[in-house]
Parts: sequence; C-alpha cells; structure tokens
Amino acid sequence: MSDILIPTEEALAEVPPPTRGGGTVRYVLTKIGGGLISFALVIVLGFLLFRALPGNVIATMTRGRPATPEMIAQLEDEYGLNDSLWQQFLTYVGNLLHGDLGNSYIFRVPVLQKIEERLWPTVLLVGVATLISVALGLWLGTRSGWRRGSRFDRVSTGVALTLWSTPTFWLGMLLLAGTTGLFPTAGLVYSDTPPDFFSQAVDMAHHLVLPTITLVAVTYAQYQLVMRSSLIEEMGADYLTTARAKGLRDDQVRRKHAVPNALLPTVTLVFLHLGFVIAGAITTETVFSWPGLGLLTYDALRVHDLPLLQGTFVVLAGAVIFMNVIADLLYRVLDPRVRAS
Amino acid sequence: MTTPSPRALAWRRRGAAFAAGWREFAKQRTGLVGLGVLVVIVLLALLAPVLTDQENLDVTKATGGRMESPSWEFLLGTDRAGRSVLLLTLWSARISLTVGLVATLISVAIGTVIGILAAHFGRWVSAGLMRVTDFFLVLPSLVLAIALSSVLERGVGTIILAIGLTSWPAAARLVRAQTLTIEARPYIERSKALGGGHFHVISKHVLPAVAPLVFVNTTLAVGSAIVSESTLSFLGLGDPDPMRPSWGSMLRSAWLDSAMIAGAWWYLLPPGIAIGIVVLAFTMCGRALESVLNPRLREG
Repeated sequence: MSDILIPTEEALAEVPPPTRGGGTVRYVLTKIGGGLISFALVIVLGFLLFRALPGNVIATMTRGRPATPEMIAQLEDEYGLNDSLWQQFLTYVGNLLHGDLGNSYIFRVPVLQKIEERLWPTVLLVGVATLISVALGLWLGTRSGWRRGSRFDRVSTGVALTLWSTPTFWLGMLLLAGTTGLFPTAGLVYSDTPPDFFSQAVDMAHHLVLPTITLVAVTYAQYQLVMRSSLIEEMGADYLTTARAKGLRDDQVRRKHAVPNALLPTVTLVFLHLGFVIAGAITTETVFSWPGLGLLTYDALRVHDLPLLQGTFVVLAGAVIFMNVIADLLYRVLDPRVRAS
Repeated sequence: MTTPSPRALAWRRRGAAFAAGWREFAKQRTGLVGLGVLVVIVLLALLAPVLTDQENLDVTKATGGRMESPSWEFLLGTDRAGRSVLLLTLWSARISLTVGLVATLISVAIGTVIGILAAHFGRWVSAGLMRVTDFFLVLPSLVLAIALSSVLERGVGTIILAIGLTSWPAAARLVRAQTLTIEARPYIERSKALGGGHFHVISKHVLPAVAPLVFVNTTLAVGSAIVSESTLSFLGLGDPDPMRPSWGSMLRSAWLDSAMIAGAWWYLLPPGIAIGIVVLAFTMCGRALESVLNPRLREG
C-alpha cells in the first residue's frame, strides 16, 4: 500500500500484546482515559500546526490571490490572529468543545457543516472497501497459511505485498486508464439519474466500483499476512493434533478449529489499521473525485483553506483514535483468555 | 610486538564483522540484484547532468509536440509541454531518491534517539516517550504530513521534513526493544559497575550494538519514504518548479492532464514503474541485510 510508512511483513503481522490482569472496569477506564489524552494531544497539535508554526497563516491563505491591506486586516480580525497565542488557544478549545470548528475561508460556511456533508461518502467507501478487503484477506490468508510454502502461498503473498507497496493514486490512475468508458470517472452519481431510490443506488454502486477496487487492492495485504501468520502459529497447537486424531477431515480441522482461533488478531487489526485505510482514502477520493472527507482535505489543500484543513485533521485523527480505543476494548471482549485472568 | 590499544582492537573486530557480514550478504542473490539495481539507478541519477542537458526540462524550450506517443526522438513520448518523458523520469530520480534518503535518515535518527533514551532511562522517561511514540504511531501519518507541508513553504525541504517528522515511531519501537535486550546483557552491567556513565554506556556499548539493526531498518524504510514523497507531490505539496521534477510530481501532471483518459500510457507508466523498481530494490537489499543479522531468517 502506498502512503507513508510501509511496514515490513513482520511489523504487519505484529499484534498488540494482550494486557493481562487487572479488573475489567480498570482496563476499560485506562483505555478510555488513554484515548481521551490522545484526543487532547490531537487538539493541541491541530492548534500548534496551524497557528504556532513559523508560517504566516494569512500569507498562506491568500497565496495566489490579490489581497488588499483591508482584507488582510479583516481576516486577521475574523480568525482572531491579533490576540495572544494563549488567548487564541483558549478560544479555539472553547469553540471546539461547543462543536465549532470555525468557518471555512473559501466555502464561507461552518467547517463542521462541510465535514458533515462529506462524512457519509467516506464512511460508505471505507466501509465497503474494508468489508471486502477483510473478507478477501481472511480467505487468502487462510488458504496460504494452511498450505504454507505452496505455490499459492508464494504467489498470493507476493501479489499482496506488491500491491501494498504501490502508490494508491497510481493504481487508481491505472484502473481509470484500463477501463475507459466502462465506469464513471468522477463523483457520486450522474446528475441525470432519476431521483428514485433504486436508480440512485444502482448509479452510486456503479460509481463506487473503481474507488473500492483501488482501496481494497492496497489494504487487503495486511489482513492476509496477519491471518496467515496467526494461522501458522496455531498449526503446531496440540488441539489440532487432537482434532485430527479424532478422525476429522483436514477441511474440518481448518474450519472448525484452527481458523476461529486464528481470527482473533485479525479482527482487532481491522480497527487498528483504520488510520492506514484513511490515508489510502485521501488519495483514492482525490483520483476519483469521490466527494468524501479525503477529497475535502485535498480541496482545502488546493485552495489553502487552513481552517477547513485544521477541521479535517482533527476529525480524521480523532476518528482513528476512537477506533483504536474500540479495538482495545474489543480485544478484551473477544479473547476469553484475557477476560478470565 | 606490542599489544594493540582497545580502540584499535575494537575497530579491527568491527572490520572483521563487517567483512563477514558482506560475505554473508554476497551469498544472497536477491540482495545482490537489489544492490546492483540501486547502484545503476543512483549512478544514472548522479550522471544525469553529464548525460543529458537540463535545459531540455525547460517548458519554454521543449521541442516535442503535446503528449506525443513514443518515437525514435522521444523514446518514451512527451508530456503536455512537449518535454521528453524519459528525460523527466531520469531527472526525477534525483529528487525522489534525495527525498527518500534524507527523510529516512531524519526519521531513523529521531527514532533511534527516542528508542535508546526510552530503553536506557526506563521509568517515567520511558513511559512518557513511549506514550508520545504510540500517539504518533496511531495518528494517520499522511494526514499529519499534509498538515505540516501545507503550512510550511512549499518545496523539497518541506517534504523531507514532513516525511521525516511523521515516520519515526516504528523505528523508535524497534530500537527500544533492541536496546532493552542489549542492556540486559552482563557486559553492560560490568561497564556500569566500572563507573561508566550514561553517555559512556550509550555511545560505547548500546549504539554500536543497535547500529546494524538501525542500518537494516533504514534500508527498508527508504522505499516507503519514496512512496510517501510521491503521494505528497501528487497532492500538490511538492516543489512547484518544473525544472525540479520528481516521480510524484510527474504523476500529478499526468493526472491533471488526464493522461489516463487520453490513453497516454507512456506518460503514466514510467514514473510509477520507476517507483516500483526502486522500492523493490531497497526491500530486497533490506531483506538480505536482515537475514545477515538474523541467522534464523536464512533459508536452508
């Protein structure tokens, strides 16, 4: 997969160590507390990045546009840039707590409203792509892990790793080039589609095909590799020998005994790797003009709309942290060994 | 014959270890192939000003037509401004490789310092540093890099910083784990008992011991830094100067010029394939180095 940091196979296969001991309540509180601290850090970081870095906010926002001194003064006033940094920070946090992310400089509407508009296309794309890539990864991982070292194993692992290290946007562009005329190249629906639910849904599914394939192609490797290595780890376990000794067929041993146990790390991984999927979604949405949060980030970047960019940063980072807390909690629920101790 | 000083002895041993490592590396075909490919590409990138004329990158002096398909004059066709795609791909290697290498060095340096400090000092220093590391590990680094490079002045330096400052957490975890195992060994205890201070223990014992691992990690990380560079440049955060192209900015132009709809495969494929080859070559070298360090990974 593309985008920052390609972990090695081993890092990919790394699974959070189960935290043992301690009461459930304490565990839950620790994890939620940790999540809250991380979120507070995101908020501080969001402020520092966009206000305290040695770049002139106004100069960046008006880059490429004529700006009179009056306009600059008005902007400075609007964004409170004349206050002290500390005062600005307090205003920013206070507004955030009220759900106010400021106003977009270009769209002239509240940032939060813009984000709400663009939220669900991203949820749809990331959701569908994650479902497919988890299913695909689990299936391929099970097959390649069970027959480790086989031709299928070598080929499918190789393909997964290659796709994983391909730039997402390039893969999307290749898909666009290879399927000219077959699929829509941009947007959510055609403007001339009848407004009834069925036609709209079919049209949207048609638009969803290429972005989904792109996102699946660059993300399924992680599920496949983790499923593979966790299945290989289970292979030597005594209970599998017992199952075989009982006279179960190979297929049954795999499906009824090995796979359910090997599934655990992969399930939590789905939530842990959300940050990674979101990075992929930003470029995928950009290439296919899919009107989600990723495209909004790109648009904000393109027109130097810093308040909007700050908003998408806080929301995307916050979502990832939230999902990580969910992953930690889920691990506790799913793994009886952790629960019992 | 006089007894050699401890320093000379240490260096001689390191030299011997390095030679043994190289022999082991040379046994692996994939590693050698990767290294060979990298040497060729780096040489081509370095020799670009000698082999070709940078003037031809100037859009005002371009001689070709708009998005011409490959011909004898332009082996890989031309871009929208009529510049040779082959020439662009060659010159882009310079920026892409520089960004990849320097950004990786920054991130590995940060990661190594944080990892060693966290492992060496333990307790609250460790808790604090690891808390920060985990925070950055979880944070989608692309989102952070976008935010960073959008506020700073656009250019190669900003991209390097944005990648270097956001991709260190994995290295920090790795180095910390390695330092912990090294610090548990008796020779560290002996050094401390003989009065070795923090600086002495870290610089004389810990750092040389983690250096090979750091080196392998660096090799493996360059590929991902190059992909990151291409992503950030694709999003328009790269150097805006057309005389300093990178593979990412080439793909951005191809995208803006709708090369994929126009069927201009010669514009679309070379930069992407170049990225793929370089990433693969670094991974192959890194894997071979890894198995030199860790005999358990060796086959047969």
